[in-house]
Amino acid sequence: MSHSNADGGALPSYLEVSGRRTGILGWILSTDHKRIGILYMSLILGFFLVALCIGLLMRLELLLPGPTIVQPNTYNALFTLHGVIMIFLFIVPGIPAMFGNFFLPIQIGAKDVSFPRLNLASWWLYAIGAIMALLSLFTGGGVPDTGWTFYVPFSLRTGTNVPLAVLAVFVMGFSSILTGLNFITTIHRLRAPGMSWFRMPLFVWSLYATAWIQILATPILGITVLLVFLERLFGIGLFDPAKGGDPLLYQHLFWIYSHPAVYIMILPAMGVISEIFPTFAKQKIFGYKAIAFSSLAIAFVGYLVWGHHMFTSGISDTSRWIFSLLTFIVAVPSGIKVFNWVATLYKGAIEVPPPMLFALSFIFLFSIGGLTGFVVGALATDIHIHDTYFVVAHFHYVMFGGVGIAIFAALLYWFPKMFGRMFRYRPFFISWVFIFVGFNTLYFPMFIMGWLGMPRRYYDYMPEFQIWHQISTVGSWLLATGVFIFFIYFVKSLRAPRGAPDNPWGGTTLEWRVPSPPPAENFIEIPTVTAGPYDHHGEGDA
Amino acid sequence: MNTPTSTFTSGVDQVFLLIVGISVVMLALVTVLMIYFVIRYHRRRHPKPEKVTQHTWLEITWTVIPTILVLVMFWFSFSEFRKMRDVPADALTVQVIGRMWDWAFEYPNGKRTDKLYVPLDRAVRLELKSVDVNHSFYIPAFRVKEDVVPGRQNFLWFRPQSMGPADIYCAEYCGQNHAYMMSKVIVMSQSEFDTWYNEGAPEPESGAPAVLALMDDQGCLTCHSVDGSPGAGPTFKGIFNRRTVILVNGREREIAADEAYLRRAILEPNAEIVTGAAMEMPASPDPLSAEDVDAIIAYLKNLK
Repeated sequence: MSHSNADGGALPSYLEVSGRRTGILGWILSTDHKRIGILYMSLILGFFLVALCIGLLMRLELLLPGPTIVQPNTYNALFTLHGVIMIFLFIVPGIPAMFGNFFLPIQIGAKDVSFPRLNLASWWLYAIGAIMALLSLFTGGGVPDTGWTFYVPFSLRTGTNVPLAVLAVFVMGFSSILTGLNFITTIHRLRAPGMSWFRMPLFVWSLYATAWIQILATPILGITVLLVFLERLFGIGLFDPAKGGDPLLYQHLFWIYSHPAVYIMILPAMGVISEIFPTFAKQKIFGYKAIAFSSLAIAFVGYLVWGHHMFTSGISDTSRWIFSLLTFIVAVPSGIKVFNWVATLYKGAIEVPPPMLFALSFIFLFSIGGLTGFVVGALATDIHIHDTYFVVAHFHYVMFGGVGIAIFAALLYWFPKMFGRMFRYRPFFISWVFIFVGFNTLYFPMFIMGWLGMPRRYYDYMPEFQIWHQISTVGSWLLATGVFIFFIYFVKSLRAPRGAPDNPWGGTTLEWRVPSPPPAENFIEIPTVTAGPYDHHGEGDA
Repeated sequence: MNTPTSTFTSGVDQVFLLIVGISVVMLALVTVLMIYFVIRYHRRRHPKPEKVTQHTWLEITWTVIPTILVLVMFWFSFSEFRKMRDVPADALTVQVIGRMWDWAFEYPNGKRTDKLYVPLDRAVRLELKSVDVNHSFYIPAFRVKEDVVPGRQNFLWFRPQSMGPADIYCAEYCGQNHAYMMSKVIVMSQSEFDTWYNEGAPEPESGAPAVLALMDDQGCLTCHSVDGSPGAGPTFKGIFNRRTVILVNGREREIAADEAYLRRAILEPNAEIVTGAAMEMPASPDPLSAEDVDAIIAYLKNLK
């Protein structure tokens, strides 16, 4: 990709330009998309580490049968907190809020998003929602104990502080909707001259598909949790069967959002992988259009599969097989992406620094998560393993092995650009070993336990499951060690001397043509784009 | 101890093996190719990337073959699933009542138990009802599960293929003692079952008063202990005339738990709830008679 010379090296970077205010106000009131990206990053990664520690406590409780460190009510609150934080505060905002904000405008040659102030408002909504979620722990009836799914009628009956928690989810939903709106407008309106749709980096394509889901699906979650809130306060009777309501209505509404939400999480992660593979293979991505269109296909078909979360709920047999069939169909575009990524390596000149190592392990872990999705999506087998540890293992392979690992890869890949500093490879290689081994030790035994019939959200278990629980708990220690090594050296690298080159990895997309870290408005002069992305052979439009 | 099986067990396991088999082949293909490319085309061995032309036929191939594979997997799992929804007409129907946090089973002749007794090789249809929140009735050994949702009557069926006991779990999270909402299914020969089915109600355990059996049957004792140990609700021990803070229409009020209060608490449990209780008290599955309420109150008065 070539463009007019945008050498802004003499300009102060976004880290120095704080706008009209200085200090902390220069950050929390900044409308610079890059500063907002960093604001999100500090909160999102902080919440990730908190929820990780809660997960460690849960695994510790399950080390031995019977009470180990906490009582059942506490354990129920722990898995609710773990789920709510990981889903709503970490992985849903995750990649779009952190890296989408930072890199989307730069990758399409824009100075900022379309609505910079709305962008800042989105961060504030996220922060206010997060504060409300924290308040719900210490007020009212105490820490919610419903699971992150807030299923009725239990969530209507429990004495814990469900109303404030669902209101927090409602507020954070607006953050997501407005970010999606901002990204779609930005992609439509602010592409640099020559940046046609099929010259956009695939990360931008993935954000585009994601943004449509954020806009169209999130309002349904907002309405659903608002109805739970009103039902708690006024006893309306929409969901409570004792008042003529229907618990399955809630489940339908909840999953109409929460299944597409899975694609809000995974699509941007796939976008990250589509950036990292070409850069480190020094190869043009294989099947650019197939990857771009498969993102849209996943976003569309992903709307129509929510019922597979309800195969045992008592929905009609006809709807069960239709949802099952669609679930199998939606797997195909994900498979196509995996084949394209692997084919991109063919005849490349491959380097494997830490970001590429994480990206490669994404392929392996995400494939296990995706393939075990067949067992979960197939009717006969799902009836058996529904709501067991098999499901827990499956979605942790997709969410953590997929999205989480992609976030680690993205943090390292874009670290030099975001902070203008390089990091030493060795600590991150060591952290990768702990993370990869620990991850599989933690989650693979859950497939076995689940197939043997161990239900999820159990405080206690029968003796035959003990060996698998113990292996899993040991895995949690290894995994956490790896994650802590990662973040300790991540923070240490933030204090390394400045001096990262503009393009340390040999990337071809526009962010590698601006200084590290980028200046306040990214480009002195908006570039003119004359070729597609990933042009590692200098051939122009081929 | 051998775990009994149902007619679904082997069929579901075969579908599982088919899917796992296809998945392992796909995973191995992707992983081995990926590692091979990383080694073969590593920069040290292959410093200059070669131009690779886009290959439409290859892309069509790896779209069409996976599509066929997923349809094959779908079809086998769907065929097996259909059997699970096709209940034989001669099935023995048992009512299952789920409540926080135990199971009750009711047979056509009115017999009521807390374990599920079934005859070998006979189709059994379970009609699932909940009196409070969502539960899920799960027998791993039989490969069957269906949610138990208040306000609905879901069903499942199975045909046991071998004798013995197997675990029943609750698979849908239902609060504090979700992990302890267990029971057993006991598969007996037809003749054993007939004898069991036609004998009268079991004698109450010696020493245990009949009212205690009634309260156990009603589910009271799941949350309220009689020996002072903590539970989801206040203990019954010393409950009579205990000073208690209750919530009436959102206002706190301190009262003595006298006979009138205990009667209201049994009949309208959520009108005046004790503050600090983890949750509302679920309704009783079948309404108590006036004599039963009197008997319970009399028992509570003397439980010092």
